Amino acid sequence: MRVPLEWLHEYCRPDMDAQTLAQRLALTGTEVERIEHHGVAALENFVVGHVLDRHKHPDADRLNVCMVDIGGSTPAQIVCGAPNVAAGQTVGVARPGAVMPDGTKLKRAKLRGVESQGMILSERELQISDEHNGIMVLAQDHVPGTPLHEVVQISTDVLVLEVTPNRPDCLGIYGVAREVAASTGAQLQPPPWEQDPGSFGPLDGLELTIEAEHELCPRFTARILDNVRIGESPLWMKARLMAAGQRPISNVVDVTNYVMLLTGQPMHAFDYQRVAGRRLNVRNARDGEHVRTLDEQDRKLDQQMLVIEDADGPTSIAGVMGGARSEVNDTTTTLISEAATWNGPNIQRTSLRLALRSEASGRYEKGLQPEQALWAQALATRLFMDVCGATVRPGTIDLGGAGPEAVTIRLRDSRIERLLGMAIPRERTRRHLQAIGFNVEDAADGLDVTVPDFRRADITREADLIEEVARLDGVDNLPATLPTSRNTERGLTARQQQFRRASDALAAQGLHEMIGWSFTSPDLGARLHLLDGGPLLTLANPMSSEHSQLRTRLLGSLLDVAQRNRARGVGRIALFESGRVYLHKQARNVSAENLPQEPHRIGAILAGPVRRATWREQAPQTADFFTAKGVLGALFSTLGIDWELGERMGRFLHPGRSAEVMVDGRQIGWVGEIHPAVAAEWDFEDTVAGFEIELSALPLPGVPTFTDVGSYPEVHEDLAVLLPERVTARELIEVLMRSGRPLLVGAEVFDVYRDPVRLGPDRKSVAVRLDYRANDRTLTDEEVVRQRQFIVNALAQELEATIRAGQ
Amino acid sequence: MSMENRITELQQEAEAAIAAASSTAALEDVRVRFLGRKAELPNLLRGVSELPVEQRGAVGKAANQARRALEAQLEERAGELAVAELTARLEQDRVDITLPADPLPAVGRLHLITQTWRQIEDIFIALGYRVAEGPEVESVYYNFDALNHEPTHPARAWTDTFYLADDVLLRTHTSPMQVRSMELQEPPIFIIVPGRVYRRDSDVTHTPQFHQVEGLAVDENITLADLKGTLQTFARAMFGDDREIRLRPHFFPFTEPSVEVDVSCFNCSAGLTATGERCGICKGTGWLEILGSGMVDPNVLGHVAGNGYDPERVQGFAFGMGIERIAMLKYGVTDLRLLYDNDVRFLEQFA
Ligand SMILES: [Zn+2]
Repeated sequence: MRVPLEWLHEYCRPDMDAQTLAQRLALTGTEVERIEHHGVAALENFVVGHVLDRHKHPDADRLNVCMVDIGGSTPAQIVCGAPNVAAGQTVGVARPGAVMPDGTKLKRAKLRGVESQGMILSERELQISDEHNGIMVLAQDHVPGTPLHEVVQISTDVLVLEVTPNRPDCLGIYGVAREVAASTGAQLQPPPWEQDPGSFGPLDGLELTIEAEHELCPRFTARILDNVRIGESPLWMKARLMAAGQRPISNVVDVTNYVMLLTGQPMHAFDYQRVAGRRLNVRNARDGEHVRTLDEQDRKLDQQMLVIEDADGPTSIAGVMGGARSEVNDTTTTLISEAATWNGPNIQRTSLRLALRSEASGRYEKGLQPEQALWAQALATRLFMDVCGATVRPGTIDLGGAGPEAVTIRLRDSRIERLLGMAIPRERTRRHLQAIGFNVEDAADGLDVTVPDFRRADITREADLIEEVARLDGVDNLPATLPTSRNTERGLTARQQQFRRASDALAAQGLHEMIGWSFTSPDLGARLHLLDGGPLLTLANPMSSEHSQLRTRLLGSLLDVAQRNRARGVGRIALFESGRVYLHKQARNVSAENLPQEPHRIGAILAGPVRRATWREQAPQTADFFTAKGVLGALFSTLGIDWELGERMGRFLHPGRSAEVMVDGRQIGWVGEIHPAVAAEWDFEDTVAGFEIELSALPLPGVPTFTDVGSYPEVHEDLAVLLPERVTARELIEVLMRSGRPLLVGAEVFDVYRDPVRLGPDRKSVAVRLDYRANDRTLTDEEVVRQRQFIVNALAQELEATIRAGQ
Repeated sequence: MSMENRITELQQEAEAAIAAASSTAALEDVRVRFLGRKAELPNLLRGVSELPVEQRGAVGKAANQARRALEAQLEERAGELAVAELTARLEQDRVDITLPADPLPAVGRLHLITQTWRQIEDIFIALGYRVAEGPEVESVYYNFDALNHEPTHPARAWTDTFYLADDVLLRTHTSPMQVRSMELQEPPIFIIVPGRVYRRDSDVTHTPQFHQVEGLAVDENITLADLKGTLQTFARAMFGDDREIRLRPHFFPFTEPSVEVDVSCFNCSAGLTATGERCGICKGTGWLEILGSGMVDPNVLGHVAGNGYDPERVQGFAFGMGIERIAMLKYGVTDLRLLYDNDVRFLEQFA
């Protein structure tokens, strides 16, 4: 909503500049998006001139050399290119030094050898209209040298407001003036529709009917004006329309726009002669019905849209745009002035479906009140008479009438204090409410407040009144107090703490956290070489096809970000994400009663050197399965959760270097190297490893119980075990730990050695370090030897293993 | 020469040799020469028993004294030499201390959004709130209807909000958890709800996915002044002790009264920087908008009136802030999209 201050000042003129006013409005609930300037930047050097003489430029056919009286002792010689310039005209002149609206500074100049001491102005040059075929000609009676801004509006600040949806009353200049008056204390002038030259009662010459439901068209009013002379609007009207962002067109159209901008109520003028049958009817459109709108577009309607028709069919789309057939034109002499109230949601729907938004539909959408229709009629009647020379026929057609009776709401003093935390004296409350047009009567415990019609949609409850009082009293003056929380549960839950610790653990391992998109591309499954990506949740209205589904795994986001960083030259990739995925059993049947699952996962991706290369370590290890397994181990260790690896899995993983991750016998994720063919889809030629596990499926950590490790020394020994190739390290450790009970407390593989010649094919030597300890005594050599013999026997029996001597 | 004289002579000879020994190895040679198994002094001692009885006492005593004295001197000299030799060896063991160090174990960072998220959580946890989370794929009821949005509210439009079905959408704010939480917990309730939200918007200042933190406090006498105090406490904890906040009336469908909250700019004084230039962060206004809030609308409480939220008896406030916005303001990040680009060189900046 653009509010030229010059226009606003006709109804309310607070004694402050635009900046201060904007601040004041912001603090009382009217947001000023920005302040613009319309017209010339500085008023100096723009004056009224009188053209004394005009003759052809000696060296240019299209230029005229004029002698112009601009109030000084000698006339100014001005070169002018306009074809309509003539001796005897009163014009606007910019003298050298004048700053034009576009910021250029006018200088004395020579045009084709003839000096020009200024410029004779067109309307466009002053931003009064788009007219630039000729100069602006003023009324004769202005004295040369008079400052131009005293004659015509050439400069104003414009407040660009963001009107919130609850305040359609502020979609007109006068509504804004009321708000300005209330927030600054400045005087509010009476509304411009108070003097109505028209009359009520029957109107001859027009038949009007409404077939549509009352709710869709609560009010329809019409008047007839005769003797209309179509022409240009006066400069003051054009200047205001332009400053408010509306291009002047012709006096009749300009009046309807001017009325809308001032009252907030859109209007339409029909050419009476072209309304077939001299009758108008409001009805629902028929499915597939066509209307040709003012913008010469053919519009296809449906039956929820309303049209206004005459005897020949639809002429307008109600509330949205007039039709081309009954449009006012140069030959119009009689017009129908129409102001109606439409149903906001219905207009919004129509406007959306037709992708047709107009100043009118934008206002109707917000919900206007029926009373506003007559404001518009009164003001329009006067302006049609003043500006178009029209006469008004007696009578008004008014179908629907005024809106519901005003409601009165009790506003309790105590309630204001209880809600705001600050008492407001009743007198102040009264003053605030009266300033915005509310009627206020004293009551025992507060005030009885009657809501004016233009606020009836917004103000229905006591709380709504308290908001009005609070904003005008200044919410910024409230004290700052702190409530005492009476929550019984506080802080983070065990699960929330666990999620935090999981991220901390991975950061401690040197991984950076990334945050990916919840959206994913339908081809992700194919890029991961999955036969079936599982049921995906698809957006009905995605912004792009790459972001048209909800992710079911973090891996896609991890790979995307890894790829982008690698492309930027990052060698060492170590990233993780902690976030949700979106799963649904029947993707097609998602509904409010059947919302998807949103498990929380954590995933990591690793590639390239695990450390930065240095002069001491020129080729650090590169990330592989064991790097990922190590990071995952650190994560579980931090969380205090026992885990193990299960079967290999996942077509997107390296078949020999991947496994499921098991906790409490349940599969909760995977760890491994990404299949090289999949990695290549993301431009990786080297090994990419990672994991993804479901955090929300993990058990919550119990409280670890104390174990006395005693003060007796451990005995360590190394054992080289010769094993069949098929035996895994885990199987070996299991046998060791089982057979080593009770003295063996730890066993870890520290070397794997293969040599087909010395060890035989399909055999490997695995070196393990064994730790023996008793908590109540120092072990003797004999005890250890006896325990080792159990171990060696078990290895031989269960794993066909032998002990390599001499290692 | 008497035996005693010979002992004295040997002792003097040995003392000279000890003093002259210039290395641990040379000193060991001295020890072997004078006190070794084949040396003269130990032999003298061994031969005492063969001496005449009247000489035994004096010779034995002299030889013993000489041996002990020499042993003490050897030990002392050995200590001196060891220190000198270690010093000499360390002097040789010089490195170029200006060569690069071993890299630290790589230090990973939490994403700036996560860091900010946790800071916000921790501030409100200290104020006695608990943290609730809710579904991102949400019903139209909780996202709009229960929050008093008109059936025609523009945010409902398919141009603004992502839908999965007619009654299912990606939540456009964390506010649906207001009613969800109140359904689960009777008053009093003090919660914050951090989480991911979605809007169909993508430009320099909007991403289709972002994060919010919702706050909700409902009890018998929670006031708008309490909201102001709470948010002032938050703003100071987040942006610095000398921050002020400003409430501006606004409109939200689910709060009444509604206010937008500005925090005084930390980069300038009333819009001007220390060097007198117009501040770029607050665009010269001296204030930064950080969140929207208000008193919970009675209509919203009406949806959970059966669970103890009678609008005549309980009241409270709600607020919602964008985590990205807070992070960008606090850390001076100029482009929202950097937060979703996940460039490692960006991520590692925030310790
Ligand atoms: Zn600033």
